[in-house]
Amino acid sequence: MSTLAYDGLAMVGRQLRRVRNSPGLAILTQVMPINMLLFFGYVFGSALAMPGREYRSFLVPGLLVSTAAGGLMTGMFQAAADSHRGVMDRFRTMPVSRAAVPLGQAVADLVVTAIGTVPLLLVGLAAGWRVEGSVPRAVGAVGLLLLFRFACTSIGIFLGLLTRSEDAAGQLGASTFVLPLLSNAYIPTDGLPGRLRTVAEWNPISAVTTALRDLFGNAPVPGDAAWPVAHPIAGSLLWCAVLIGVFLPLAVRRYAHGER
Amino acid sequence: MTSTYAVLSEGLEKKFGDVRAVRGLDLAVAQGTVCGVLGPNGAGKTTAVRLLTTLLRPDAGSARIAGHDLVREPVAVRRRIGVTGQYASVDGDLTGRENLRLFARLHRVRAPGQRADELLERFALAEAAGRAASTYSGGMRRRLDLAASLIRRPEVLFLDEPTTGLDPASRNLIWNAVRELTADGTTVLLTTQYLEEADQLADDIALVDRGRVTHTGSPAQFKAVIGVHVEVVVTNAEVMVKAAGVLDQLTGVEPSFDHERNALGALTRDRTLTLPRLVRELDAAGVPLLDASLRQPTLDEAFIRLTTDIKEPAA
Repeated sequence: MSTLAYDGLAMVGRQLRRVRNSPGLAILTQVMPINMLLFFGYVFGSALAMPGREYRSFLVPGLLVSTAAGGLMTGMFQAAADSHRGVMDRFRTMPVSRAAVPLGQAVADLVVTAIGTVPLLLVGLAAGWRVEGSVPRAVGAVGLLLLFRFACTSIGIFLGLLTRSEDAAGQLGASTFVLPLLSNAYIPTDGLPGRLRTVAEWNPISAVTTALRDLFGNAPVPGDAAWPVAHPIAGSLLWCAVLIGVFLPLAVRRYAHGER
Repeated sequence: MTSTYAVLSEGLEKKFGDVRAVRGLDLAVAQGTVCGVLGPNGAGKTTAVRLLTTLLRPDAGSARIAGHDLVREPVAVRRRIGVTGQYASVDGDLTGRENLRLFARLHRVRAPGQRADELLERFALAEAAGRAASTYSGGMRRRLDLAASLIRRPEVLFLDEPTTGLDPASRNLIWNAVRELTADGTTVLLTTQYLEEADQLADDIALVDRGRVTHTGSPAQFKAVIGVHVEVVVTNAEVMVKAAGVLDQLTGVEPSFDHERNALGALTRDRTLTLPRLVRELDAAGVPLLDASLRQPTLDEAFIRLTTDIKEPAA
């Protein structure tokens, strides 16, 4: 096995053991989207033109993607906290692949996310959301969701290693709450005023949300939207490729440098 | 040359902003020996170790560790070193055993679990093996740190203040481990605030001050440079000034007063002074003596002397 794969797996194991040893934070981060599903779906939803159950079907993919976008904050927080740990310097004085630590964090995060999403899906099912398309397309939706999570975590890890500040990560937490508000995750964008609509539709969250709605068969693709939303699958893949292609190498470089 | 020195650095420099933390560090540590790096706080000891363990990139200068160039072959260097210090530490969220297993796996040890258990046993951590390292006491944590550095026997082991703040039992465990390692041929570079530690473990001492090595030598040589410590205790305070006059004449050094014990002390390079002569002269001057001694200075005294640059008063 190559050095990166072997070291990377060891690092995935490290992160997963840490979550197992103190699972509190991982569990807490899953409570928020469930609250939002109930709050938006039943309270706000009653004021929307869409009928309740239809809105909740529309909302679940949006919440899945918003939660995935939270990888930005989780990744940043973990990387910032890790950068203060003496163990990082031990890794740097060992013949360990430089990419293994950030990559291990991102991959372990995927495993935690995949498990952590199950309760949200169950509550979604109870609220009336269904997979209305074919199984392969639904599997594709899950894959795309995880790919997007990986992209967001990569950005977060880079920012965490850059700032080395858990406080900054906390601040960013607020903006990861705002990012989905400026997308079609909770509301259709066609009601937004011109320029705001353009911004919202170029938000990567919108492309991925639309792709999920399409793949799960929950809502049709809006034809008159900006390109990434009008072509949601290609748009999402492209967004993820760009974000991962830029931020993952930056994160690895940042980690390898330490304070050299 | 390089084959006989496990650590050989020439003119290493490191600046942080305007602060020249290390400026021209020359260090030569022979294979299989223990080099004690001593220096006051802020002397650049830790920066020096961080440079030599590939954690920092030097601004200038070069170094070879176990025969490999520090800057050009960092991976080869990392394969051959072990590091334990205030920084290269363990993961507090993992248990002791999980930590050692992880490091063993990263070192490609064939049976990581078995190696972890051996080390836990050796460092008296078997009982705490299943607890998160963050719950360990300072001594346990340091022992775990050292165990983590010894997963594979390193050619060069760097210990940055390995026993600072430790209880005597933990300290002895770490000292014994270092002695065993050097007996097996490992080279050790150790920084410490405890001169007793350097005295106990080091074959050679490098005194570091303001980012460079100012003095090198064996612990015995260090003590010889400092000379002899003279102490006399007199019966009452009234005769102290008289005694001081005699000491000043004999040693050429103005003695220091300890009024609580009616004692006088002086550090002299004059190695011709003998105890009988000291006693005779004081007796002749009519000083009622309780105690008199000549002894090798401790490394602490040597250290203070060498780092503070006190001008000796003329005789």
